[in-house]
Amino acid sequence: MIKNNLIIYLAILIFGLAAPFVFPAFKVQLSILCILIILAITWNVQGGEMGYNTFGNILFYGLGMYLCASVQVGMFFPLGEWTEGGGEKTFVHTPAQFFQGFAFGLAVAAIVPAIVAGLIGYSILGLRGHYFAICTLGLGVAAGEISGGIEIIGAGQGFTTPPFPNVDRLEARGEFFYFCSFIVLIFTFLAVKAIYSTRFKLVLNAIRDNEDKAEAMGIQTMKYKIIGWMISAFFCGLAGGIMGGLVGYIDSTDVAFDGREMGVFMVLMAILGGKGTLWGPVIGATLFHIFKEGFWTFFLGWQYVALGVLIVVIVIYFPEGIMGWLREKYPERFGEVVDEADRKAQVQLK
Amino acid sequence: MLTLQAVLDGLLLGILFALIAYGMALQWGVMNIINIAQGDLVILGGYIAYFMYLYGIHPGWGVIVSPIIMYFVGVVIYKLVINKVVDRDLFISILATFGISILFMQLMNFAFGADVVLANSGYGTTMLFDNSVTLPNSKIFSAFISIVFAIGLVVYMKKSKLGRAIRATAQNARAAKILGVDTEKVYAATFGINAALCGVAGALISITFTIHPYMGLPYTIRSFMIVIVAGLGNLPGVAMSGMGLGVFEEFADYILGTEFRIGSVFLLLVLILVYRRFKLSRKREYLK
Repeated sequence: MIKNNLIIYLAILIFGLAAPFVFPAFKVQLSILCILIILAITWNVQGGEMGYNTFGNILFYGLGMYLCASVQVGMFFPLGEWTEGGGEKTFVHTPAQFFQGFAFGLAVAAIVPAIVAGLIGYSILGLRGHYFAICTLGLGVAAGEISGGIEIIGAGQGFTTPPFPNVDRLEARGEFFYFCSFIVLIFTFLAVKAIYSTRFKLVLNAIRDNEDKAEAMGIQTMKYKIIGWMISAFFCGLAGGIMGGLVGYIDSTDVAFDGREMGVFMVLMAILGGKGTLWGPVIGATLFHIFKEGFWTFFLGWQYVALGVLIVVIVIYFPEGIMGWLREKYPERFGEVVDEADRKAQVQLK
Repeated sequence: MLTLQAVLDGLLLGILFALIAYGMALQWGVMNIINIAQGDLVILGGYIAYFMYLYGIHPGWGVIVSPIIMYFVGVVIYKLVINKVVDRDLFISILATFGISILFMQLMNFAFGADVVLANSGYGTTMLFDNSVTLPNSKIFSAFISIVFAIGLVVYMKKSKLGRAIRATAQNARAAKILGVDTEKVYAATFGINAALCGVAGALISITFTIHPYMGLPYTIRSFMIVIVAGLGNLPGVAMSGMGLGVFEEFADYILGTEFRIGSVFLLLVLILVYRRFKLSRKREYLK
């Protein structure tokens, strides 16, 4: 079993490393896929394992995006003049400055959202169920509206991230952002996998199943909830930072705090794949991205209509997701002991 | 005098919010559904009045036509989607109605274009206090109509057979079923009435303010906020907190500037929830 898993991981790793050279035309799509998988995995830590369904992780994603770009610019040039308009033409990053800035930017983009999550966590995570969902929805939208009014990060007219420096190869930009997102994806996956094999995951599941009982058992639920949210925020911020560089242009409501697209996508992908599983979000995000890119062109202009219908259909008819469905079909594969007689009796009952 | 202006504007606006929130409280109380598409129903109602205006009918009649159409829209939505999520987890209903909201937004964008529009009612304005306060008559009209509809609905809920059935279902759906209430029909009617209320509010908004396909979500959040401040089934509370929210918004607009208006509404929601959470956690309880 372990050997099998290793082969699968190796295959994915080799595919991931070779992909930009085998399919050079799809580099941007593959990078976006990596980002989507990261977002789905991090949402799942929060929504799937802990049972705190949030619409607010978009807050950390957008925060990371703005922070990464601001640090990358602000380290070398005055930020205000840059966003005033035309700054990216007067100030040019040398390659060394660009990569240095991006690395620092990513570090800030990961750490600051995690700190923010820790700071607001105590207040927000005291809410439960739908109040938490609506409160985080409000947070995400408020962040978008407010950042759209702040002058130094470009207000309503948007923020152009530093253009990729001139190096000899034309393909370099796509490859750089692809490998950034792929490495972060592997890092995220391994980190979350490591977390899921500890007691921490059991605590999160206990909180999901019955928070009052978990508290009565002596678990400091609030502490674990905040740590869970901080982990989510850390990786969301990283994903946002890379996505900002990849897109090249940050707008407050359409790119960064895009609750209508990214904010819903991450929930949908995790639910499609199966909440509360390690592989569910990965599968869900991949399928969703293939569907989105494959069929969006057919629905040209109608993609949001298709998205709305998709949400309703998935939520109503498929709330357990692909992994949940597989689990019901083949419980043995998931390590559940099945009593054959019991199963027959259930079939007869149906 | 600007203060007085803001207060009066806010009060008249708040009555409209209270009407939408009343619909929200109704469906939340009866069906245990939080409808994110509430605001989009409002905007759709507004477009109905706007189209009457385009075809030469006075948009004021929209307050009669719009709820009738919206009632059927509501019943159709109920039959297609909502009846499958009524007994499920609240998050499922939030997500499903979020999907409906996105669907509506985009369909309205296709059908009516992405322009900000308003239906001109031609009601003129009233000057008060030596011309220092300007009140458009359309705002007074909308507040009056909202109050009429709210009172009408309260009386209807108290006196009519359907109203009694709705109240019985809200108290205990199972017991109501045993006693011969067709709860499925009651749910459909409740959702229809909610949509009709949104239709009235939308028609009034299209006369007094502006409408735009993507402006729905703030109305949902406002009505949610009003309901959690007032509590379910507390009608005077809904009216009071609606007016309070209206005044708050006018002042936020006046002090912080228009670009922070929507942002301040959403932040206020977060602050109210956090305040309630801390207040309840002293008694080791949480918002249910």
